[in-house]
Amino acid sequence: MQMTKVRINVADYHSLPVGTGQAVTVNGENIVLFKITNGDVKAVENRSPHRKGGTLADALVSGNFIYCPVYDLKISLDDGKVQAPDTGEVKTYHVEVIENEVYITI
Amino acid sequence: MKKKLVMIGNGMAGVRTIEELLKLQPDGYDITIFGNEPHPNYNRIMLSTVLQGDKSIEDIIMNDWDWYKGNSIQLYTGEAVVGIDKQKKQVISDQGRLLDYDELIIATGSSSFILPVPGSDKKGVVGFRDIHDCEMMIKDSKKYKKAAVIGGGLLGLEAARGLLNLGMEVDVVHLMPHLMERQLDETASGMLRKELENQGMNFLLEKQTAEILGEERVTGLRFSDGSEIQADLIVMAVGIRPNVQLAKDNGIYVNRGVVVNDYMETDVPNIYAVGECAEHREIVYGLVAPLYEQGKVLAANLAGIPTNPYEGTICGTQLKVSGCDLFSAGEIGDDEGTKSIKVHNEFDGIYKKIVIRDNMIAGIVLYGDTKDSNRLFRMLTKREDISGMTSVSILEASGCCGGGGEAGDVKAMADDELVCGCNGVTKGTIVEAIRTNELTTVDEVGGCTNAGRSCGRCKSLISDILAFTLGDQYDTSAKKAGICGCTTLSKDEVVAEIRAKGLTNVREVMNVLGWSQEEGCSKCRPAINYYLGMVHYDGYKDERDSRLVNEKMHANIQKDGTYSVVPRMYGGVTTAADLKKIAEVAEKYNVPLVKLTGGQRIGLFGVNKDDLPAMWEDLGMPSGYAYGKTLRTVKTCVGEKFCRFGTQDSMGLGIQLEKKFERLDTPHKVKMGVSACPRNCAESGIKDIGFVGVDGGWEIYIGGNGGTDLRAADLLDTVKTKEEALEITGAYLQYYRETAAYLERTAPWSERMGLEHVKEVLADENMRKQLNERLDKTLERYNEPWQEAIQDNGIKEKYYQIRSVTVE
Ligand SMILES: Cc1cc2nc3c(=O)[nH]c(=O)nc-3n(C[C@H](O)[C@H](O)[C@H](O)COP(=O)(O)OP(=O)(O)OC[C@H]3O[C@@H](n4cnc5c(N)ncnc54)[C@H](O)[C@@H]3O)c2cc1C
Ligand code: SF4
Ligand code: FES
Repeated sequence: MQMTKVRINVADYHSLPVGTGQAVTVNGENIVLFKITNGDVKAVENRSPHRKGGTLADALVSGNFIYCPVYDLKISLDDGKVQAPDTGEVKTYHVEVIENEVYITI
Repeated sequence: MKKKLVMIGNGMAGVRTIEELLKLQPDGYDITIFGNEPHPNYNRIMLSTVLQGDKSIEDIIMNDWDWYKGNSIQLYTGEAVVGIDKQKKQVISDQGRLLDYDELIIATGSSSFILPVPGSDKKGVVGFRDIHDCEMMIKDSKKYKKAAVIGGGLLGLEAARGLLNLGMEVDVVHLMPHLMERQLDETASGMLRKELENQGMNFLLEKQTAEILGEERVTGLRFSDGSEIQADLIVMAVGIRPNVQLAKDNGIYVNRGVVVNDYMETDVPNIYAVGECAEHREIVYGLVAPLYEQGKVLAANLAGIPTNPYEGTICGTQLKVSGCDLFSAGEIGDDEGTKSIKVHNEFDGIYKKIVIRDNMIAGIVLYGDTKDSNRLFRMLTKREDISGMTSVSILEASGCCGGGGEAGDVKAMADDELVCGCNGVTKGTIVEAIRTNELTTVDEVGGCTNAGRSCGRCKSLISDILAFTLGDQYDTSAKKAGICGCTTLSKDEVVAEIRAKGLTNVREVMNVLGWSQEEGCSKCRPAINYYLGMVHYDGYKDERDSRLVNEKMHANIQKDGTYSVVPRMYGGVTTAADLKKIAEVAEKYNVPLVKLTGGQRIGLFGVNKDDLPAMWEDLGMPSGYAYGKTLRTVKTCVGEKFCRFGTQDSMGLGIQLEKKFERLDTPHKVKMGVSACPRNCAESGIKDIGFVGVDGGWEIYIGGNGGTDLRAADLLDTVKTKEEALEITGAYLQYYRETAAYLERTAPWSERMGLEHVKEVLADENMRKQLNERLDKTLERYNEPWQEAIQDNGIKEKYYQIRSVTVE
C-alpha cells in the first residue's frame, strides 16, 4: 500500500484524444483521463457515482462536464460532483502536463 | 452580519417556504437545511407516478443541488437533527454537528402510520412515503407476485395502481364498506370501485387486519374474522403520523402536530413549524395547497414583512389514477341543513353532487367529469351566494349542452378563478405572467408562478390559457418545448436553421444558435448530429463523439461496463460455417453468455472493451447494429420454402430489406418483420414496418411497437411485388427520418402525423421517388463500422484501448 502521494507519468500528452476518455489502470487503480476542448487534461476515478457503478471512459464530453455513459449523470470534471439528476461524487486526481508528458498524483 | 436560519426537514412545505423567503429577501439569512433523506428536494406527490412507471426518480427532483448552491444554502442530506437547545439556540445532528440558529423552522413532515399488529416488523412490509419505499416496491415486484395494500384511501389506491403496473396481483384491504369514504359518497365510491376492478384490482372491504403472517418475510394476512389471504408484499397506507417527536422531546408544545398560531410560530420564541408536522387551529393538513399557504405566511413573517394571518384552508382532493377522474371538496354527506343537487348519468359514467347549505356550496363530489371542479371549488371557497342560480347553471356553466370548446372554457373563466389548486395560482396571475415575461411554455409558466409544479393536474388547463392568451402565436410555440436545457429552440426550429444557415457541424449549430452550454449536453448533441446527417444526406461526416456510448462504441454497453457483440444475421438466416465461427470466437474470448436475441440473432455478452476489435476481426461479419438508432433486425418466418401455409418468400424479402437498409440512421431504432401468411409467425403486426404475405402479394403494416407502449400496426397498403414493397419501405423510412423528432419512434410518430396523411404522402408516386432518391444518397454514406475499427489504428487507440501503468 502506498502511504505517501506520488506523481506518476500516465500518458503522452499528444497521444491523448479529445472527445472521449482514456482508461488507465495505475497500480490497480482504475482512472480515466479526459483531454477537453481547451487542451486541459482531467483525471477522475473510472467508476460512475451512480449507485450501480459502471465505467466513465466512454462518456460524452462537453466542456468541463461529462455525461456518464451508463446512467447519463452530468458530472463536473473539476470537482467530480454530480450536477444532475442525482447526487454523488467521483474522486478526482491532480493532473500536470510537463514537457508533453501527463502526470497524475495518486 | 446575516442572521442564521436553520430548517429541519428538506421536504415540500419547508423548501417552498425558503423559496418564498428568497423571493422576498434574497440576502436576509445564512440558511442551513437538514434533511434525513439522501436526496435534494423532490416532489413527493409524484411518487405515485414513479410507481406507476410514468416518471423516474430523476424526473421528480424539484430543486437540484445547483439550486441550493446558487442560493448559497448549506444542505446536509442523510443527516437528521436529534436535539434542539432552546436556551443556547443550537441544534445538534445525528452526526454530531452542532449549529447555532437565530431562527429555526421545524418542517419534518410526517411518516407512514404502520398498524401495530403482530408481524408488522417483518420483511416485506412497507409504507408509501418516500423514494426509499418506492424503490423497495419496485425491487420486490421483480421477485414477488402478490401484493396487499392495506387502506382504500387516496394513497392506498395510487399505490395499488402502481403495483398493478409493476405486474403484481393486488388485493386492496379496507376497513370500511366504501373506498375513499372521507371524500366520496356511496354512489361515487361504488363507481370508483367498479372502474378499479375493471383495471384489475381486487377489493376486500370491511376487513380488519389482525396479524401479518410469515417467518422472516411476510407470506400473508389474517383478518379479525379469521379469514386469510396470501401476500408477499404488504403496503400500509392507512394514514400518516406527523413527525413531532423531536419537538416534543425538546419542550415545544405538541398536540397531534406541533402547535402553531396564525403566523406559524410555536410556543417557543424563534421556533416555527410548517407543513404536515404542524397543527394549526386543531387541524393537521396532509395536502400541499394549505402547506404552501402556510409557507407564504411564514416567509413573510421571517422577512419582517406585514402579512395576513393564515386562517386555514378548505382542501380539494383528486386521485392520480388514470381512468378515474374524480374531485371532492368540503362536506360530502347530507343532513337536515343541507340540500343537494345530484346528476347521475349511468350511461356515460358521470356523477355530480353539489351539497348546498345556507345558499352556498358546502361540498362537491364529481366523478367521471371534473371539468367544472375549479369553478365550483372557487364558489365554495369564496362562499358565493348562489340563490339566484338554477341547478342547471350551477352544474353547466360552460353552455347549454355542456358544450364550449377548451378555449371557450378558458375565456369564460374569471380572472380570480383558481387554475392550480396545489399552488393557489389564479387565471389572472398566469395571464399576467405570460404577458409580462413573454412566456410560451407550460414549464416557463411553472417557473414564474409555480403553477403546475406539484400534482401536475392543471397542466392541460395552463396550456389552454397559453393558447388563449397568445392566440395564433401559440400554435407554433406550443410544440416548442426546447430540445434540451441548452436551448429554447424546438426540433423544427433547429432543423429550419440548419437548412437556412447551411450549418454543417454540431459545434457550429450550437455556436450560431446561441446554446447556453457551449458544447451541449447528452440530449442535444446526438439529436443535432442526427439532424445534420438527415439534412445533409449527401456526404455528412458523422460526429462520433456526439453519439451516446453504444453508437460511439458500436457495441451495447452492459451495466458492468462490458459490451456485447451481435453480428448481422440477415433475415435471421445463418449457415453452419458462421455458427462455427461464432462458437469459436465465443470460446477463444471466454464469452460468459451466448444468447439468442429477440430479433433472431446470436448475441455474445460480457465482452471486455479492449477485446472488441480482435473479436470483430476473428468473426469477419458485419455489425448487427443491435445498439443503434437504425434498422435493427428483420425478423422472418420460414415461409414458402418449408412451411405448408406460406404463399410467399418471407426469408427472401426479409434478407433483401435488411441488406438494403442496414446501417441507416433513423430517429429511433427501427424493426421489421416479414411473415409469409396471415398466421404471422414473425409478428409483423407489432413492428415499425411489417409485411404479411397474402395470395398474390404483400400487405404492408406501419407504426407497430412491441415495446413498452404496445401498439398494433396499421395497414398501409397492399402490393404485388417485392420491388414495390422495397420502394414503399424506402419512402416510408425517409419520410419518418425527415419529419420525426430524434428519439421519436414510428408508433407515436405515425399517430402524430395521422395514418391518412402518411398514406397520402406515400401514394404520391412523385413523392415516393424523391424520398427514395434522398434515401439512396444517404445510404451511400455509411461504412461498416467494425471493419473500420479493425483497419484503423487511430480508432482502435482512441476508443478501445485501456492503458496500464505500473510503478513500484
Ligand atoms: C405517495 C404520495 C402521494 C401524494 N399525493 C398528493 C397529492 O396528489 N396532492 C397533494 O396535495 N399532496 C399529496 N401528497 C402529500 C404531500 O406530499 C405532502 O403533503 C407534503 O410532501 C408535505 O410536505 P412537508 O414538507 O410537510 O413534509 P415532507 O415532504 O414529508 O418533508 C419532510 C422531510 O423532513 C425530513 N425529516 C423528518 N425529520 C427530520 C429530522 N429530524 N432531521 C432532518 N430531516 C427530517 C423527512 O425525512 C422529510 O424528507 C402525497 C404524498 C405521498 C407520500
Ligand atoms: S407466417 Fe404463415 S408461412 Fe410463415 S411460418 Fe407462419 S404459418 Fe408458415
Ligand atoms: S393543481 Fe396540482 S400542480 Fe396545479
